[in-house]
Amino acid sequence: MENMISINNLDFSYNEEDKGVKVIDNLNISVKKGEFLVILGHNGSGKSTLAKLINGLLTPTSGDILVENMNTKNPEEIWNIREKAGMVFQNPDNQLVATIVEEDVAFGPENLGVPSEEIRKRVDKALELVEMSKYKKHAPHLLSGGQKQRIAIAGILAMEPDCIIFDEPTAMLDPTGRNEVMKTIETLNKKEEKTIVLITHFMDEAVKADRVIVMEKGRIVLEGTPREVFSQVDTIKSLGLDVPQVTELAHELIKEGYDIRPDILTIEELVDAI
Amino acid sequence: MIKDITIGQYFPGNSFVHELDARIKILISFLFIITLFFIDSFVPYLFVLGFILLVVKVSDVPIKFIVKGLKPLMYIIVFTFFINVFLTPGTVLFQFGFLKVTEEGLYQAIFMALRLVFLVAGTSILTLTTSPISLTDGIEKLLSPFRKIGVPAHELAMMMTIALRFIPTLLEETDKIMKAQMARGADFESGNIINRGKALVPLLVPLFINAFRRAEELAIAMEARCYRGGDNRTRLNELKIDKKDIVTLVLVIGFFGIIIAMRYI
Ligand SMILES: Nc1ncnc2c1ncn2[C@@H]1O[C@H](COP(=O)(O)OP(=O)(O)OP(=O)(O)O)[C@@H](O)[C@H]1O
Ligand SMILES: [Mg+2]
Repeated sequence: MENMISINNLDFSYNEEDKGVKVIDNLNISVKKGEFLVILGHNGSGKSTLAKLINGLLTPTSGDILVENMNTKNPEEIWNIREKAGMVFQNPDNQLVATIVEEDVAFGPENLGVPSEEIRKRVDKALELVEMSKYKKHAPHLLSGGQKQRIAIAGILAMEPDCIIFDEPTAMLDPTGRNEVMKTIETLNKKEEKTIVLITHFMDEAVKADRVIVMEKGRIVLEGTPREVFSQVDTIKSLGLDVPQVTELAHELIKEGYDIRPDILTIEELVDAI
Repeated sequence: MIKDITIGQYFPGNSFVHELDARIKILISFLFIITLFFIDSFVPYLFVLGFILLVVKVSDVPIKFIVKGLKPLMYIIVFTFFINVFLTPGTVLFQFGFLKVTEEGLYQAIFMALRLVFLVAGTSILTLTTSPISLTDGIEKLLSPFRKIGVPAHELAMMMTIALRFIPTLLEETDKIMKAQMARGADFESGNIINRGKALVPLLVPLFINAFRRAEELAIAMEARCYRGGDNRTRLNELKIDKKDIVTLVLVIGFFGIIIAMRYI
């Protein structure tokens, strides 16, 4: 299948003179169209930096990033790249621009110069997809965190991207908000066939991915399906990360001498195994 | 408590006044202010009062919203009233100690107080019946002819939009920080002015730091959403001037003209 994103020999450091401190160190990733990729990693492992590089908010020190075969280094394609690979950030408050929900969702297409009637259609459709149509005339600051984050997602959807990069979209939400947003992300991947790159700290969210990448110091240290990655409980723990609670429990049971599979990801699987 | 301050409050509706083009409403408000400053007797004020009441009636905005808009300015209005009462020289009506109330002073005080009340009431109809986005769009469009001489019309309008969007967020944050500091024993409400000022420092520092962080994140998010200035931008709701806007503007200009003319007859 065709690649949505190709990252080739990517290096990046924030400080131009001091090339020694590489935040991204010789990274190679390709993301297929329609894939749901999760990126995990300790604080400061370079996940947000990578997300900004893909969106063209930062440019590689060396190496290339291709989004639908457009190079992020090419200034003429930068707006097409941002249109095709949208980005949702952690703090929902700091990405909403307008005082009314539908005006905010319209912000992206307005910047792209889309005609009014077409913007109207896109806004209605995007709000429908995130199940926020009811709130289109509301003021964003009166909504809950999960609702605000879904408005932010609608704002990206209205640009009609093929791929959405989420940088810890649930980190500031309560459990209800987190569920709402995860449900939305899954629908976008399964029903709307959007390619998803999800950066997260929550292992339970990673379980839903097609593929998981674990980063450390700007490099990939583990890669595979959630089942492959989380079965390596000790490696993950040595990187300062957790595994999903169920996997952890299964792992403890194995240590106690029970005979069950090491790659358990859900409660149902554990129940079956026991 | 601090959230009760409402700035640029909008009362949604579909009335004739709501549907008027924002540019026309801004122009009318502007002319209204100018007209007020031409008035030098009480009779034209009756016309102004009639005008305001008519617009309020047509706009379906409950009159209590207009009154609410006047409340924060009550101090200023009362203050100017007393300044005028006591400091205008003329025929003394009565006297408390060194404070003299003159006939001219009383007249002047009532006159100025009314002017302020009309000014605030008239302009609050504008913000009550125009959504913040149409308002900033209107300002942008009205200023755009001055872009040639370096007025950054789009940037000013965008700044206003963002300010309106973030004022409630920042007020909420102030409230939160204040409560957190009060829980740790900070006291914002007593002591002399210096102590109160000092108590504000631990409030303002985190507020400013957060505001700068927010601004940076917002700038990145806007760039990620393809924001690149005002050129070639389209709008969800384009402003549109049609016949009823022009007719309204002409009628209102005529009416204001009559009021101004009364000064010279
Ligand atoms: N604007 C910047 N200027 C200089 N250095 C930066 C900047 N942003 C991040 N860094 C550094 O780059 C490294 C990677 O940061 P990044 O934000 O990409 O990590 P992260 O994996 O997203 O972490 P977290 O889980 O905390 O979000 C960190 O050491 C950080 O200090
Ligand atoms: Mg990060």
